[in-house]
Amino acid sequence: MRWYWIDRFLEFESGKRAKSVKNITLAEDHLHDHFPGYPLMPNSLVIEGIAQTGGLLVCESTGFTEKVVLAKLSKARFYSDACPGDSLIYTVVVDDIRKDGAMVTATSHKNGELHAEMNIFFAHLDDAYRDKHLFEPGDLLKMMRVLRAYEVGVGPDGAPLREPQENPPVAPTNSGGQS
Amino acid sequence: MPTKDEVFEKVQEALVEALGVDDDEVTPDATLVGDLGAESIDFLDIVFRLEKAFDIKIPRGELFPEDVWTNAEYVQDGKVTEAGLEELRRRMPFANLDEFAKNPVVQEFGNLLTVADMCRFVEGKVEVAD
Repeated sequence: MRWYWIDRFLEFESGKRAKSVKNITLAEDHLHDHFPGYPLMPNSLVIEGIAQTGGLLVCESTGFTEKVVLAKLSKARFYSDACPGDSLIYTVVVDDIRKDGAMVTATSHKNGELHAEMNIFFAHLDDAYRDKHLFEPGDLLKMMRVLRAYEVGVGPDGAPLREPQENPPVAPTNSGGQS
Repeated sequence: MPTKDEVFEKVQEALVEALGVDDDEVTPDATLVGDLGAESIDFLDIVFRLEKAFDIKIPRGELFPEDVWTNAEYVQDGKVTEAGLEELRRRMPFANLDEFAKNPVVQEFGNLLTVADMCRFVEGKVEVAD
């Protein structure tokens, strides 16, 4: 199953902020059930797209060494509906990244107007999960590439964002390659 | 240097934002778990917000000494031992443990901390004006 709820990154500033776009289309099967004859982008999937934007931002900034999970939505407000044909621009700003987790503030804009805003808290799973995979080796690198993070990204030093050189970005138990 | 009232206001704001409760629910006597509905993940969120609001560092285990619960010397048969209570008193001078000590069942501990305890904890980390 392919679980992408953003289409590409527009901006990616390591450890600080990222902007992504989600284009909504009638080709998305789920919209024909939500709702029949009246397709609306589910708010939960807007949250998922913003969490993917923020989750990759947090993962990248820690060198993909932490297992980052969406732990909590402290706040989420939606101001309008989003429909097929709409482009949603998600902006995620890191408030804080620390050992236990990270907090981000995010907005969604539709046609230049505020569509939604939220605070997301990501937790870093602790050592009890050290040996468990959340992703297969290389999954996150593929996501980063297909979402064009390395084409638009900027590293902490202001230079273009670079792919990790030695170890693929995976949950930290990687030993390279095998699944 | 904040006053005690200012500490309360900031703690209140952190709890309102972290727990989605109203200002008037966050009274000094309100318990975080029982009255305000805090769950375990909320405590990480609260710690983040307090650190930011007061520009302090709260090392893991300082506000909630979770390692006590896994120590066989401190917990036996689901109850905190005398040594455990002593350890909790030493580690949590900001909390009133008298009521808990009467029947120190581990499960009840989660409901011990009040908003006033949180304020006292913060006051122990920042200088407070009289």
